[in-house]
Amino acid sequence: MDFNALFSDFGGYTITGLTVGAIYALVALGYTLVYGVLRLINFAHSEVFIAGAFAAIWGWAALGLDGNSVASGFGSIMLYLLVGALIAAVASAGTATVIERVAYRPLRKRNAPPLAFLITAIGASIAIAEAFGIYTRRRPVGAPTLVKNDVLFTVFGAEVTVVQLLILGSALAMMVALDLFINRSRTGRGIRAVAQDANTAALMGINKDRIILVVFVIGGVMAGVAGMLYDIRIGTLTYSVGFLLGLKAFTAAVLGGIGNLRGALVGGLLLGLVENYASALFGSNWKDLAAFVVLVVLLMFRPTGLLGESLGRARA
Amino acid sequence: MTSVREWIDSGRHAVAERWHNAPRWMRWAVIAAVIVFFYALPNREFYQWLGPIPTTGSNFGQVLFTVSIYVLLAVGLNIVVGFAGLLDLGYFGFFAVGAYTVAVLTSPSSDLKTLWPWLLALPVALVLTMVSGVMLGTPTLRLRGDYLAIVTLGFAEMIRVAATASDFLKGQRGFNQIPHPPGSYSDGKPIFGVLDPRPYYWLVLTLIILVVIGVRNLNRSRVGRAWISIREDEDAAQLMGVPTFKFKLWAFASGAFIGGLAGALFAGKQNFVSSQNLELLNSIIILAAVILGGSGNIVGAIVGGGLVAYLIERFRGIEFFGVELYEYRFMFFGLVLVVMMIFRPQGLIPNRRRAAEFKDRRKEVIVGG
Repeated sequence: MDFNALFSDFGGYTITGLTVGAIYALVALGYTLVYGVLRLINFAHSEVFIAGAFAAIWGWAALGLDGNSVASGFGSIMLYLLVGALIAAVASAGTATVIERVAYRPLRKRNAPPLAFLITAIGASIAIAEAFGIYTRRRPVGAPTLVKNDVLFTVFGAEVTVVQLLILGSALAMMVALDLFINRSRTGRGIRAVAQDANTAALMGINKDRIILVVFVIGGVMAGVAGMLYDIRIGTLTYSVGFLLGLKAFTAAVLGGIGNLRGALVGGLLLGLVENYASALFGSNWKDLAAFVVLVVLLMFRPTGLLGESLGRARA
Repeated sequence: MTSVREWIDSGRHAVAERWHNAPRWMRWAVIAAVIVFFYALPNREFYQWLGPIPTTGSNFGQVLFTVSIYVLLAVGLNIVVGFAGLLDLGYFGFFAVGAYTVAVLTSPSSDLKTLWPWLLALPVALVLTMVSGVMLGTPTLRLRGDYLAIVTLGFAEMIRVAATASDFLKGQRGFNQIPHPPGSYSDGKPIFGVLDPRPYYWLVLTLIILVVIGVRNLNRSRVGRAWISIREDEDAAQLMGVPTFKFKLWAFASGAFIGGLAGALFAGKQNFVSSQNLELLNSIIILAAVILGGSGNIVGAIVGGGLVAYLIERFRGIEFFGVELYEYRFMFFGLVLVVMMIFRPQGLIPNRRRAAEFKDRRKEVIVGG
C-alpha cells in the first residue's frame, strides 16, 4: 500500500475519480431506470453506451475530424460537441429501442422466466459488441481532440482541467434534467406509476409498452452522452471497453440502490472515487478489482444499496 | 414455419417415444455403441472414413480433447443452471481456480517450489475449487437470481484481473512445465506425453462417463428433487421444508468441483497456464452450450457442449466470402442465445419437466402486457 502516492495528490485523485464517476453515473441511470420499471438487469446496456461512443466518433469523422485533428475556436468546439452528443444520443437510443423490441418484448409477451431475459441480454450484448469489433477490425479508433486538456483552475491544490469540468458539468446537467422530467412531467409520472405497480398502472390507462420504450430511450440518451464524454476523456475507443464499464456502472447503480435515480448519481461518483483511490494505493493494475470487491461486499451487507431501491418512491 | 417446427417436433417425439419404449438391453446396446464410437474417434484409421467430420485446420485428436473439456464443463454448469436454476455467468472462474492450483503446486516457475506431481495436486485443486464455490456462494446465494448472475460474472473477472496483475500468479508469462498425469506403457514410455493428445482425450472421456453417472444419481436423489423444487418455485420449496440455501450451495459446490476438474485436466495436458487462457467469453460459450443443448438435461448439456466446442474448431480456417468464420464465433453465439430464448427456451434436447415449466408460464395471464 502506497499512502504517499495517494496523499501527495489527494485532490487530483479526487477530481479524476469524480470525472470517471460522472460517466459511470450516466450509464448507471440506464440500468436503474430499466430495473425500476421492469425488474430486469439490462445487461446489454453496456452496448448501448458503446454504440453512442462509436457514433460520436464516426459523426465527427463525417464532419471532417479524424483521430488526429484538433478543433479550435469556442463556437465551433461547442457546435461539434453538441452535434457529437446529439448523434451519440440518437444512436444509443436507437440501439436501446432495437434491443427492447427484438430481444425483450417477445419474451415479455410470453411471460418468460427472469433468467431467460438475462440470457437474452447477454446474448444481445455479445452479439453487438462483436459486431463493432469485427467492423473496427478489433483495433482502437481515435477520437479528435476537441477540447484542449488545459488546467482551468486549482481547488485545494487539485488542478481541474477543461475536460474534467466539461464532463462533470454536462453529466450533472443531464441528471438534473432527468430528475425534473421523472418527477414533474406527465410521462415521468407514468414511469413512476409503472415502476410502483405495472399491472395497476395499466388498468389506470397507462400504456405500459410505451412507458417501457420511453424508459429505454431515456437510458439510451444518457448512455449516448456518456459515450461521447468517454471519447473526449480517453481519446480512443475499443469495441470491448463497454463490458467492463457496463459492469462498473451496474455496480454503481447497485451501490446507490438500484431503481433509485439519485442513488445512481451517488453510487457512480462514489465508485469513481473508490476506484481512483484504490489505484493510488495498490497500483493501477488492481484498479478494476476495486469495483468488484465493492460489489461483493455491498451485496453481502446491504443489497438494497445506500439509498435503497425503488423508482416509484423516488419522490414519495 | 410453424408446420416445419411441428414436423420436427413430432419427429423428435417419435424418437423419444421409441427410446422410452425400447427394451432395456437395446438401450444399453445403443449407449455402449455410442461410447465405443467416441473412444475410437481420435484414431486416424477410424476417422478417415467419416468424411467432413474431422477438422481440417488442426490435429483432430487435439480438437477432440478441447471438445471433451467443454463437454465436461457443460455437464458441470448444467447442475447449476439446469438443475437448480441458478444463473452462473462466471463458471469459467472455477476452471481457472482448478488450473491455477495445479500450476502453482507443480510448476517449477511457481514461487512455492513445491514441485508436486500432477496426481497429488489434483485433489487439492478439486477441494480448493469447491471451497471457492462455497465462498462465492455463501454471500450471494441468499440474493435474488439476477444479482447472483452479476456477482459470478464479477468473480470470473476478478480472477482474471488477479491472475494478470499479481506477481504470484505470473500474469501473461504464466506457469510452464506443469507435469503431465502419471502412467507409462510397458516399454517405459509415458502414456501422457507431449505429442499425442489422444490419451488425454480418453482420460477426459472416461472422467466424463464417471461424472455423468455421478450427476445422474445425484439428480435422482433427494438432492436432485430439492434442486428441481428450488428451480420451479423457491418460496414454495422453502415453505415445504426444503432447506433451499443449503441445496443451492450444494449445486454451486458440485458445479465448481467439475469446473475445477476440467481446469486441472487442462493444466496437466497443456503444461502451461497463463492469464491469457482466461478469456471471459469462455463462460458465455459454456452457458450458450448448456442452453442450446437443453438445460436441465444431461444428454442435452453433453450434446450442446460438444456441438458448440466442435463448431468453433470447425470454423477455424474456413473462409467464407473472404472472411474467416472463426472471427465471427462469439457474435454467432450471442445471436444463438437471443434466438434460442425467443423461439426455443427449453433447448434442442429439453428436459421434459423444464419444457413444461416454460409452457406453463406462457399461459399465465399478464395484464396490459
